[in-house]
Amino acid sequence: MKTFDYIRPATVSDAIAAAAEPGAVYLAAGTNLLDLMKGGVTRPDRLVDVTRLSGLDRIERLPDGGVRIGAMVRNADLAHDMDFARAYPAVAEALLSGASAQLRNAATVGGNLLQRTRCGYFYDTASACNKREPGAGCAARDGENKLHAVLGWSEACIATHPSDFCVPLTALDAVVEIEGRSGRREVALEAFHRLPGDTPERESVLAPGDLIVALRLPSEARGFSAHARYLKVRERTSYAFAVVSAAACVRIEHGTIREARLALGGVAAKPWRARAAEEVLAGVRPDPAIYRKAARAALADAKPSGDNAFKIELAERIIVRALMLAAAGTPQRIPALPASPFSSVPGVLHDA
Amino acid sequence: MTPEIINLSRDPAHVRHGSNIGQPLTRRDGILKVKGEARYAADNHPPGLLYAVLAVSSIARGRVTFLDVPAAKRHPGVVEVMTPANRPPLAEDPDAKTNPFMFRLDLLQNDKVRYANQSIAVVIAETLEAATEGAALLAPQYDVLPPRIGLDSNESFVPPVVGIGNPSEIRRGDVEADLAAASKRIEATYDTPAQYHNAMEPHAIVAAWDGDRLSVDTPSQGLAMAQGRIAGLFGISPANIHIRSPFLGGGFGSKGFISGPQLLGILAARLVGRPVKLVLRREQMYGPVGHRAPTRQTMRIGVDGDGVLTAIDHHAKTVSSTFDDFFEPAADASHTLYASPAIATSHEAVRVDTGTPLFMRAPGEATGSIVLESAIDEMAFACGMDPLAFRLKNYADVEPISGKPFSSKALRQCYAQGAERFGWAKRPLAPRAMRDEAGLLVGWGMGTATFPALMFQAEARAVVRSDGSGVMETGAHDMGQGAWTAFAQIAADGLGLDLEQVEFKSGTSDLPDAGIAGGSAHTATAGSAIHNAGAAVIAKLADLAMGDKRSPLFGAGNAGVIARGGRLHRRDDETRSESYADILGRAGLSAIEARGNSAADPAAQSNYAMHAHGAVFAEVKVDPDLGQIRVTRMVGAFAAGRVINPRMVQSQLFGGMIWGVSFALHEQAVMDCRSGRILNANLGEYHIPVNADVPSLDVLTVDEHDPHVNALGIKGVGEIGITGSAGAVANAVWHATGVRVRRFPIGIDDLVMGLTA
Amino acid sequence: MNFSISLTVNGARRDIELDDPRVTLLDLLRERLQLTGTKKGCDRGQCGACTVLVNGQRINSCLALAISHDGADVMTIEGVARGDQLHPVQAAFIAHDGMQCGFCTPGQIMSAIGLIEEGQAGDDPERVREGMSGNLCRCGAYAGITDAVLEATKNLAQSDQRRSA
Repeated sequence: MKTFDYIRPATVSDAIAAAAEPGAVYLAAGTNLLDLMKGGVTRPDRLVDVTRLSGLDRIERLPDGGVRIGAMVRNADLAHDMDFARAYPAVAEALLSGASAQLRNAATVGGNLLQRTRCGYFYDTASACNKREPGAGCAARDGENKLHAVLGWSEACIATHPSDFCVPLTALDAVVEIEGRSGRREVALEAFHRLPGDTPERESVLAPGDLIVALRLPSEARGFSAHARYLKVRERTSYAFAVVSAAACVRIEHGTIREARLALGGVAAKPWRARAAEEVLAGVRPDPAIYRKAARAALADAKPSGDNAFKIELAERIIVRALMLAAAGTPQRIPALPASPFSSVPGVLHDA
Repeated sequence: MTPEIINLSRDPAHVRHGSNIGQPLTRRDGILKVKGEARYAADNHPPGLLYAVLAVSSIARGRVTFLDVPAAKRHPGVVEVMTPANRPPLAEDPDAKTNPFMFRLDLLQNDKVRYANQSIAVVIAETLEAATEGAALLAPQYDVLPPRIGLDSNESFVPPVVGIGNPSEIRRGDVEADLAAASKRIEATYDTPAQYHNAMEPHAIVAAWDGDRLSVDTPSQGLAMAQGRIAGLFGISPANIHIRSPFLGGGFGSKGFISGPQLLGILAARLVGRPVKLVLRREQMYGPVGHRAPTRQTMRIGVDGDGVLTAIDHHAKTVSSTFDDFFEPAADASHTLYASPAIATSHEAVRVDTGTPLFMRAPGEATGSIVLESAIDEMAFACGMDPLAFRLKNYADVEPISGKPFSSKALRQCYAQGAERFGWAKRPLAPRAMRDEAGLLVGWGMGTATFPALMFQAEARAVVRSDGSGVMETGAHDMGQGAWTAFAQIAADGLGLDLEQVEFKSGTSDLPDAGIAGGSAHTATAGSAIHNAGAAVIAKLADLAMGDKRSPLFGAGNAGVIARGGRLHRRDDETRSESYADILGRAGLSAIEARGNSAADPAAQSNYAMHAHGAVFAEVKVDPDLGQIRVTRMVGAFAAGRVINPRMVQSQLFGGMIWGVSFALHEQAVMDCRSGRILNANLGEYHIPVNADVPSLDVLTVDEHDPHVNALGIKGVGEIGITGSAGAVANAVWHATGVRVRRFPIGIDDLVMGLTA
Repeated sequence: MNFSISLTVNGARRDIELDDPRVTLLDLLRERLQLTGTKKGCDRGQCGACTVLVNGQRINSCLALAISHDGADVMTIEGVARGDQLHPVQAAFIAHDGMQCGFCTPGQIMSAIGLIEEGQAGDDPERVREGMSGNLCRCGAYAGITDAVLEATKNLAQSDQRRSA
């Protein structure tokens, strides 16, 4: 690891000034950043430690019914906050399906949004990667790409975003509060991450010095609490990144879906909001045939980026299942195996 | 360096349920382990210590043309950079190979690169942080040649031998004729991936020179061999080399031979004249410390109209490195399990630009077993037979390949007891016929487990002291199997003492050679030496007593004596006895000692086939749409001769069964064929099972008295658990889904598409 | 550049002069404070061998910069037992043979203590398995580990009850 200047600013504005310099990065828990630094994937000159900034570690109920989560709130603290978990159960379930208990105790909300991809070529500094080194090429494109993107990818980059947390957040219209040199602004999470295009190294809308200070979920998002699930398919029962995941939230009134929210994880360089599917679902009676139609709509533009056509099929099926689970109702308690297919509610039909 | 004192007996928390052999004592090193006081190699910190970090090649084939040594040396704290230019001389060429147990090493002998992650330099610094960054600053440049990676990347040949000196091809009967005449035939090809041992403890060494004397802390499954290898390479006497390896943080075969990186730690210490610690980074364990080679195996099986096997043809293609030989003896798995008049096993190999493959827990047996058990399952279904009934129908009463009788074989009991415990009788024949209450597909599969009962050579030294206590010494290796406990139990019985009266010394190279901890033979081998050393010292004591008119044992003569509780008793009149202390006291001796050896009995070896056996039953659940798999239940019934400590044995068998789960469902190195680099050289994406992958395990041990394998009747349990288990899980996945996946590990991608049908 | 930090380690205050900001909490404990019970298995947050409690919560010490934890209260495996009196989790690991090679054991035990403190798993074996899944064990001692955590949970709950009674 390259040596670096370590700065622990006292205020947000000091932090922004310190981090705006070239080569500077923010340090929160460091669960991803230190991993990347140890692998030589990133070699920052300066770490600006934002873990002690005051006011960033609170979960606040807003007057309008929404919730504001400070960027330094730890993943585990958020997931286990009773009010939060009741209001946004799919978000809590997603959080608890990610990484391990140790990592969740450390990792922050803001840091989770900025997780880098798990593409093996991105991590392997001897391989070509446009994200790591713009213009170097993409070794994944013709390489081992079973787990790579099927939506929104480009010839320059086929990596996926690894976050579980961001998937239900995107579905629920979360908003990112950012402070930067030019003051405070807000960006919908759906617009926060960028698709690769020709510039896969630019992963988000953040400019140098920009600091995520909070995340907001609007009050409408509470309306889905009775029917909200996150479902994640992975190659081992726990402590694994998603092959594909889905957050499904529906508002059912008098046996009809009034509104549906749907997002996919593990399929693109960003958490993927499936708005076309949501439109299919609005105003219809819950039914597997409709779910399948919605799933097809969600994946209409999907195409394999390599040896990963199965992910398109899998994504369609996980949408159907997640919708079935959501329609069946949010469980009273987050399942023992959060987001796992092995925590399905007994009696929910498979083979949809 | 201060010698580590292994004090196992200061705390009374280990539980005694009786005495010694056969008793489920808790782990005697448990206290040290749960308190963080068990000292592993990298935990040593002698005064003046420097840190060494490897720089490894990012290419798989070619030549290093440039290392930015000045940049590394400029980094604050960096003391020295070791490259081929300044590496201290060796007395022996690291590429020399004078016996099959001598593996060629990469010790900076030249600028050649023959696999990715090969050591190309060592940076030595005052701190770990400086050495780590120093290694990064070397920024090597290369002449790159295209690597040959994968089973089809190079010319194939028939290896001269596979495994440890096994013939590459063995034929019994006429397989082709019997296949042609068979009423049913199946032919199927299966792929198994490269796997890496990935012990939790990375290879580590702390080395310190004092003139020509060398002191080393490093994990070793073979202390005497490591000592010999170091002696040869450095041209010093083995007596001048002291290796401490009281605890290995797992080995699984990768610590059987001292590896290149460990030796580079010794070289670095010599170069700088200070003690050096070198610990492999996790990603550096994917190359220089061995792995399980990938295979492609083709099974051809024929049966007659009654479902009786008439032919088994098992062919395995595998890889070795371009510069050394280790050929995974996968097809040999078909030698011992199922009766068939015609059996042929054969191997071919290609040379690839990877590190040399090595023994990895059940080498050949694991790789071959999952394929054989899958094929047997396929054939049972083709015959419309229950997989257990099919196996029983083709039960081998003598070893099929050799025709030799088994020294003992309680496999029928394993089948019966395992099936009973599992509830196998309720299994529907057809696949995809069971669901749980949530609608998940449920499947039951089974596999037969087997592993040879091997014996190597070992020596132990036993002492009885005038205070009546005893000492037993042998340089054994505890890598988790429970050597500190099981050997002490054997020692106590051998010495006729309570466990508390025995001081058991182990884990260092200055003790008698305990052989290697490998081949599931350590307990049998070193245990027999301990047993014999105990018997020898007791015989000396008995001679003293029986020849002394003042002893109540005088003249016991042919009746003889037995040793128990620190006393010798006349066998024909146990009321006549004398304590060890009294015997030695009267003889004016402060102690009496004797040595004991062990080795395989050649006569028994030539007359009998010696194997442990078992039957494993697995239940899996599979999501019918999403293809995710979970093993929900496993029962293993094993017959492996005498059990020294049932608690340790159960743990070993559990561990093996989890390795079976891992083989079937989880682990594989993902290799980029263009670069020869492993893309998941970590523990995040190289999956091994986590706790949640292992809901319910059940182990039964079937009593087996085997008078032939060794004096103690031990067969060993270190590796058998993985065999049978991997196939059982794979077969259960088929039974759940109706999809037969012939590429391991079975993945979601394999099932998602298959489940559509 | 030197940095002064102070930590409470196993109840004792340690004032530390750090000459390098790169030092992780794990390497600080192992290489500079000689607390080698905490193990390095992967150094990348992927195995759990380095688990310690920081301010009462289990984390991977390999992915924590020491300098960023100035003022933290750290508990390592060395601080768990009271002299010769084992912590109930330690005793249960021995009784259930929740270990083989022992290398992951300190991390498993720290993780188990953290898990029990979090109170999310209780006596549900499935929640214990999930909660312990951040600690890899290559030897495959999971069955004993799960049983040990369940027993220790029960024993600790009983002793809490006795104390409050």
